[in-house]
Amino acid sequence: MTSQQRPLLIPSPRTPGQEELPYTPVPGDSLIPISSYPKPTSGMDSNSQIEINENSYQVPGFVRNSSSHRSISSIQSKTSSGHSVREVNLSEMSMRTVRYGSSGTDFGGVSTSYKEINDEDARLVYINDPGRTNEKFEFTGNSIRTSKYSVLTFLPRNLFEQFHRIAYIYFLVIAILNQLPQLAVFGREASILPLAFVLFVTAVKDAYEDYRRHRSDKIENNRLAWVLQDDKFQQKKWKNIRVGEIIKVYGNETLPCDMVLLSTSDTTGVAYVQTTNLDGESNLKTRYAKQETQTKNPEKERITGLIKCEKPNRNIYGFQANMDLDGKRISLGPSNVILRGCELKNTDWAIGVAVYAGRETKAMLNNSGAPSKRSRLESRMNREIIFLSIFLVTLCTIVCICHGVWLRRHKDELDLMQFYRKKDYSEPEVENYEYYGWGMEIFFVFLMSVIVFQVMIPISLYISMELVRVGQAYFMIRDDRMLDKSSNSRFQCRALNINEDLGQIKYVFSDKTGTLTENKMEFQCASIGGIDYSNGKDITDNGQADNLVQADGMVLRPKMKVKVDLELFNLSKRKHTDEGRHIHNFFVALAACNTIVPLTIDTSDPSVKLIEYQGESPDEQALVYAAAAYGFMLIERTSGHIVIEIQGERQRFNVLGLHEFDSDRKRMSVILGCPDKTVKVFVKGADTSMFSVIDKSSNANIVKATEAHLHSYSSKGLRTLVIGTRELSASEFEQWQSSYESASTALMGRAALLRKVANNVENHLNILGASGIEDKLQEGVPEAIESLRMAGIKVWVLTGDKQETAISIGYSSKLLTSRMTQIVINKNSKESCRKSLEDALLLCKKLTTVSHATHGGPTAEVSRLALIIDGTSLVYILDTELEEQLFELASKCAVVLCCRVAPLQKAGIVALIKNRTEDMTLAIGDGANDVSMIQKADVGIGISGQEGRQAVMASDFAMGQFRFLVPLLLVHGHWNYQRMSYMILYNFYRNAVLVLVLFWYVLFTSFTLTTAITDWSSVLYSVIYTSLPTIVVGILDKDLSRTTLLKYPQLYGAGQRQESYNSKLFWVTILDTLWQSIAAFFVPLLAYWESEVDGSSIGDLWTVAVVIMVNIHLAMDVFRWYWITHAAIWGSIIATFICVMIIDAIPVLPGYWAFFEIAGTKLFWVCLLSITVGALLPHFVVKVIVQYSSPSDLQIAREAEKFRSPRELRHTQIEMNPIFYDRRRT
Amino acid sequence: MPSGDGSTKSSTKTSKKPQYSRFTQQELPACKPILTPGLVMAAFLILGLAFIPIGLSHLSASDNVVQLIDRYDEACFPASSSNPEEANGKRISYIQDDKTDKTCTRNLTVPQKMKQPIFVYYQLDEFYQNHRRYVRSRNDQQYRSASAERKTANCDPEAEVNGNPIVPCGLIAWSLFNDTYSLSRNDIALPINKNGIAWESDKTSRFGSDVYPKNFQTRSPIGGGKLNEKIPLNQQEDLLVWMRTATLPSFRKLYGRIETDLEENEIIKVVIQNNYNTYTFSGKKKLVISTTTWIGGKNDFLGRVYVTVGGICLLIAITYIIFYLVRPRPLGDPAYLSWNKVPASN
Repeated sequence: MTSQQRPLLIPSPRTPGQEELPYTPVPGDSLIPISSYPKPTSGMDSNSQIEINENSYQVPGFVRNSSSHRSISSIQSKTSSGHSVREVNLSEMSMRTVRYGSSGTDFGGVSTSYKEINDEDARLVYINDPGRTNEKFEFTGNSIRTSKYSVLTFLPRNLFEQFHRIAYIYFLVIAILNQLPQLAVFGREASILPLAFVLFVTAVKDAYEDYRRHRSDKIENNRLAWVLQDDKFQQKKWKNIRVGEIIKVYGNETLPCDMVLLSTSDTTGVAYVQTTNLDGESNLKTRYAKQETQTKNPEKERITGLIKCEKPNRNIYGFQANMDLDGKRISLGPSNVILRGCELKNTDWAIGVAVYAGRETKAMLNNSGAPSKRSRLESRMNREIIFLSIFLVTLCTIVCICHGVWLRRHKDELDLMQFYRKKDYSEPEVENYEYYGWGMEIFFVFLMSVIVFQVMIPISLYISMELVRVGQAYFMIRDDRMLDKSSNSRFQCRALNINEDLGQIKYVFSDKTGTLTENKMEFQCASIGGIDYSNGKDITDNGQADNLVQADGMVLRPKMKVKVDLELFNLSKRKHTDEGRHIHNFFVALAACNTIVPLTIDTSDPSVKLIEYQGESPDEQALVYAAAAYGFMLIERTSGHIVIEIQGERQRFNVLGLHEFDSDRKRMSVILGCPDKTVKVFVKGADTSMFSVIDKSSNANIVKATEAHLHSYSSKGLRTLVIGTRELSASEFEQWQSSYESASTALMGRAALLRKVANNVENHLNILGASGIEDKLQEGVPEAIESLRMAGIKVWVLTGDKQETAISIGYSSKLLTSRMTQIVINKNSKESCRKSLEDALLLCKKLTTVSHATHGGPTAEVSRLALIIDGTSLVYILDTELEEQLFELASKCAVVLCCRVAPLQKAGIVALIKNRTEDMTLAIGDGANDVSMIQKADVGIGISGQEGRQAVMASDFAMGQFRFLVPLLLVHGHWNYQRMSYMILYNFYRNAVLVLVLFWYVLFTSFTLTTAITDWSSVLYSVIYTSLPTIVVGILDKDLSRTTLLKYPQLYGAGQRQESYNSKLFWVTILDTLWQSIAAFFVPLLAYWESEVDGSSIGDLWTVAVVIMVNIHLAMDVFRWYWITHAAIWGSIIATFICVMIIDAIPVLPGYWAFFEIAGTKLFWVCLLSITVGALLPHFVVKVIVQYSSPSDLQIAREAEKFRSPRELRHTQIEMNPIFYDRRRT
Repeated sequence: MPSGDGSTKSSTKTSKKPQYSRFTQQELPACKPILTPGLVMAAFLILGLAFIPIGLSHLSASDNVVQLIDRYDEACFPASSSNPEEANGKRISYIQDDKTDKTCTRNLTVPQKMKQPIFVYYQLDEFYQNHRRYVRSRNDQQYRSASAERKTANCDPEAEVNGNPIVPCGLIAWSLFNDTYSLSRNDIALPINKNGIAWESDKTSRFGSDVYPKNFQTRSPIGGGKLNEKIPLNQQEDLLVWMRTATLPSFRKLYGRIETDLEENEIIKVVIQNNYNTYTFSGKKKLVISTTTWIGGKNDFLGRVYVTVGGICLLIAITYIIFYLVRPRPLGDPAYLSWNKVPASN
C-alpha cells in the first residue's frame, strides 16, 4: 500500500489526490498561498512555524483566522460536517471576494456543493493524441508572445494605450479644438507639436521595449524540446508543441509547458524541480509521477488516456484533474504537474504530457506587474488641480463675458471698424466675415480662452513627475547603503508612483519572522524527558562530535554545523538506558517527522560529501540538522521509506503514513514501521495542541517539567515544538490503515476525512520532549526600530508567533522596554474583549492624567504603553463595533504587538488605521502571509529573504533587510517627499504665471485672446524654457545631508506633518504667482505705455522676463547646487534666449527681428532687471523672515550642518534625543 | 523566459558589482547657500544702493524729454452738432467723402527747447491693432517675394478682388493710416524726414524689393491709405511701420524726423490731411512731437519703480539689522529645534 500512496510523502501536497483543494498546500516553501493574486489564501501563516514546524500545511486555517467575525460558525461547520466540500467553496469564494479579514465578506456560496470537474469547466486532454485533443477546441499553442505589438498593430495600439492617460486626452481635445478654423488661436503646428513630441518619445520607448520582447520571445519559442513523434522522442521547437503531446525533459533543462508527469528516471516517480523563475524560491520541490504511469515507457508502448483538468488559471499551487487510464480513474493534484519555467533538477529525465501551453501556462498567466498605487501627494494634488480648473474656468468666463459686453457696446461700429471688419465685400453678396452672431462669438471666445490658458492645468507636471520618480528610483536603487551585501540584493523599486509617500509614513506594520528576524533557524536547546539540555557549544573542532558517516567509502557530513550539548550528545549514545531510549526516540522523531529531502553535494575532497537538507520549512531543517549533529542523520528519503544513520548504524524505517500539518490540529505526524517491527506514530506540533493529546496521567512529571522549560524557552524568544510518540498495536494499526486508505481515496471531502483519521491516531501520546529553535534577530534591527520611533513612526509588529515569543522578540528588538506598561488582551469572547478594552482605556486615561499632574506633558507618559493583543481577540474585535475602541487604545500606545494573527487579520489591522486616520501606513514583510497587508497598506515593502518572492512580488519596494527601512524612509523618503512637494507647487506656479501674463494681456485686446508671446514660445515654455531645471531639482536637490537626517530622525516629522505641501502653501504660492504675474506683465506695459513699441517686441520681453523670473525663483529655493543644477537653470535661460532669437529670425513670422531690435535698447534690460527683482522681492523677503524668525527644524538643521562643527553636534546630540531625555528625567 | 522576466532583470542587476560613484550615491560636490543675516543684509543693501541711482537717472532722462501732443480728430472736424449721435453720423459721412477737402491747420507751441532729432509720431487711441481678427490678417510670404503673390491665406476679407490677389493683402495693410502732416515754423517749412523710419530688417528681408502693390484699395470700403504702385513694398516705409502691429489699443507710430532744433515758445504750424477714419469707433488721433533719450519717450514709470524698489530694499535692510540686533538667533542652534523646545517650556 505504501507504494501506492507515494504522494504521501511528498513535502506538500501529499495527500493523495487533491482535487477538492484548489489551493492546496504547497510544496516547498509553499506555504505560500499565492498571495499576489486574488487568492484564497491565506492560511498560511508562516510565523506560526514556531510551534508547528510545518507552516505549510495550515491552509484551512485561514478559514478560521481570516475573517474574524465569521470564524466561529465556519469552524463549527467545518468540524462538524467534515466535508471538505465546504472548504472548497469557501476558499473559492474567498478567492474572489475576500481580500483581507476585515472586509467581512460573507460566504454566501457555502452551500453550493462542489462537484468534481464539470465537463464544461474542464479541458480534456487525450494523452499522446494532440490531434484529437485539439480537435474540438483549438487549445493555445506553445508559442508565447510577451510582446504587445506587431508592426501593423503598433501604431493604433500604442496610441490607444497612450491615450489612456487622462492628461493626453486633455492635450488632444485642446489640440483638436485648435484645429477648428474659428478657434485657431495657435498655429496648427505649434499646438500639435508638444503632444506629438510626447507621443513620439513614448512610442519610441515602447517600440524599443517591444522589440526586445520580440527578440526574447523568438529565442524562447525556438528552443528545442524532445517530443514524442512517431513513437520516438524527437526534437521539436517549443512553439510547435501542442497540448496532449508527450514531452521528455532532461535534467537541468527548462520545462517548455505545463505538464502532467507520467514517469521519471527515478523508479518511484519522483522528480525535483526548481521554481525560481516562478516564485523565486530556490529550494527543490518534489513532484510525483503516478504509479500507474510510472512504469510505462511511451516509446515502447502506446499510452492512451484522457486527462480531464481544470481550465487554465493562474494559481501556481493548485491543480486538479483526473486521468482515465486503462479504465482506471486516477486523481491528479498539484504534486503531479510540472510547470513551464521551472527547471528539472537532480532527475535524469522526466516524461510528461502537455496540458497547458503557451500563454495558458501558469507561468504566463502569472506574468503580471505589481499593483499600482497612487501616492498621497498626488491625490492631494488633485484637489489643487480642481482649484486650478475652477480658476481656469473663471478666467475664461471673465474673458468671454467681457468680450460679449465689448461686442454689444460696439455692435453698430463693427461693420466699419478697420480692425474688426464684420462684413466681407469681396463677393458680390456682402456676407458676415467670420462672424457667427453674438452668442456664438462668446462661445468661441470661451473655447479659445481655454486653448490659450490650457497650461493652467499643468499637464507637463505629470510627465515631469514620472521622470523625476524614475530618477529618484535610480538613486534609491543605486544606494550602496541599501545594498544587502550578504545576498548582494539591491533595493528594488517595483512601483514607480509612490516614491514620495515614503516621506510621510506614520505607521509601520512589520512582520516578525524573516523581517525583524533572519528566519535562519538554529537549534538551541531541547528538553527531553523533562530534562533541559541547553548548553550547546560549538564543538565541531575537537572532532568528538564531528559525526561523519562512512558509506561506500564516502564520508557524509551535514552541511550546517549545529551547536551540540555535550551531555546530551553523550547520553544519546547510551541506547539501553531508559533515558537513552527516550533520547533515541526524540531524535528519530526529529529526523523522521518532517518532509525534508536530503541531498548530497560533492565537495572538493572526493571522499567527502556534504549532505544538505532541502525542505520547505526552516524549522524542520534546523531540527534535522540538529538530529544529524547528535548522530541521527537522515540520509535517504523516498516515497516509502527513510534511512537514518543512527550512531553509525544505518536503519531503515518504512513510512506507512503521514498526516500533514493543518492549522486546526496544529501538528503533524508520521507513522513509521521501525526496524524492530514495531509501528510507531511520531507527532510534533505546537505546545497548545500537543498538550491536549498527550497522556498526562502516565508522565505527569515530565509534562510539568517540559511545560516549565517551554515557558522559559519562549520567554527567551525561542520557537518551541513539542514532540510525542506512541506505539501502535497491530489492531490499532490495521484500523488506522483501513480508514486512512479509504479516506485518502475518497473522492469527496478527502481533507476532512484525513484530518479525522489523524485526530484518531494522534492521542494518548507519550511526551518525548520539546525543542527550542532560535530565530535570530536581523542585524541592526533594534537600532532601526529606535530610529523609526524617534522619527515619530509607530512600529507595530504583527506576527503569527505566540504571545511569549512575540514579547521576547519585542524586548530584544528594543520595541518594548522594561519601563513600559504592558496591556495584554487575549480573550476568548466578545464580551471579555470589550471588558478588557474598556479597562485598558481607563488605565490609559489614568496614566495620562497622572502624567499631566506630575509632568504636564502627556506624550511622554502615554508613549510608555504597549499593547499586546492576540489573534483570537482580534477575531472578536475587528469588524465589530469594538474596532473603534481598539483604535482609540492603539493610537494611545507607543507599541502594539499583535501575536497569533492570521494573514488576513494583518490586513485588517492595517485597515483599522487606514480607514480612521489620514496617516500613511507602511507594511513590511517577507512571506506570503504578509501579502495581504503589503497590498493593503499605503506603501508595501517586501523583504527578499528566505520565504520566497511572494511578498516581493506584491510589494511596491523590495529590499534585503529590515534595517534599510531607516535610510529608505528617513533619507530617501524625506528627500523624495520634499522634492516632489516642491516640484508640484513650483509647477503650479510656473504655469499659472504664464497663464496670468497671457490673461492680463487679453484684457487689453478687447478680449480677443491675442497673445503677445508667440505661439511657439508659449508652447516651448513648458517644454524647453522651464522644464529641465525642475526635473533636475526634483531628482537631485537635497535639503539636508544623509548624515544629518540619520542623526536626527525627528526631522522626518516634516513629512508626516505635511510641511512641504499643504493648502496653506498652495494658496501662498498662488498669491505669489499673482504678484509675480502682475509685476512681469505691468512693468513692461507701463514702461512702454504710449510708446511706439510693437506687439512682438514686448512679447519677447514678456517671454524672457517670465522665463528668467521663473528660473530664478527656482534658483532661490534650491538647497544644493551641483554643477548639473547650475547647467540646468542657467542653461534654460540661455536656451530661452537662443530659442527666442531663432523664432525671431524666421522672416515669415510676424515677430521677425523684433527681439534683436528691442534687445538693442537699454530700456529692455532695465525692464528685465526691475521685473526680476520686483517680482521676486516678496518671495525673498517672506523667505528671509520665516527662516530667521520662525525657522523650521529643517532650516536649523541645515544651518547646523553648515556652520556647526561635527564635534559640537555630537556634543549636543544627547539633549536632542527625547529618549535620552526621558531617561534622565526619570 | 516569461516568468523570469523580473527575476532575470533583478539578477543582472544584482550581479553587477556595486561600484562606488559619487554620482549614484548623491555625493557630488555641491554648494549649499544659506541665507545668513550678513548675506541678507548685503543683498538688500546692494539692491537698494544700485536701484535708487538707476531709478533717479531714469527719472531725469524722462524729465529731459520734451513732447508736444495734439489731439486733432475732434478739432479738425468742421461742423459740430449738439446731438452727439447726429454729430457722429456727420463725422462719418464727412470722412468717408472723398471729395471734401480735409485739410486742417493746427498751431502748436514748443514748451521747451527741443534738440534734434525730433520725432514726429501719430498716436491712435482705441484702435485695437492687437485685435485677434486684425493681427492674423496678413501673409508675410506674399509680402516677401513677387512669386508668392497668390499666397493670400489668412488675408480674408481683403485677399482678392475679382479673383486677383491684393498685394499687400490683409486687413492690416488695408487699414493703412493715411493722415499726413506738414510742419512749418514762421512760415518756413520744417522738413520731415521719412527715410529710415522703418526697421532695417523689414526693409532688407521681410518685405520684397520686387513686390509692388497691386489691386490695393480698389474696392469699397476703403480702409485707409493707398500705395504708390511704382514703389516696391520695402520702400514704402509708412506701410512697414504700420504693419508692425502695436501692443496696445493706444499706440504711437513713427511718422518722421525733424532734423533741426526747435526753440522754446516757437509756434509750429501743422497742416493735417485728416483722412483716416476713426470716427466710426470713437477712436482718437493725436500728433506727437517728441525728443527721445535712452529710455525712449517720456515715461517715468520705470524710474519710480526703481526708486520704490530700491527704497524698500534699504528699508528692509535697516529693519533687518535692527531686528538682528534686538533678537539675534545663532544659526544652527539646536536649542531651537522643535523637540528641544518642548521641555524648555515646561
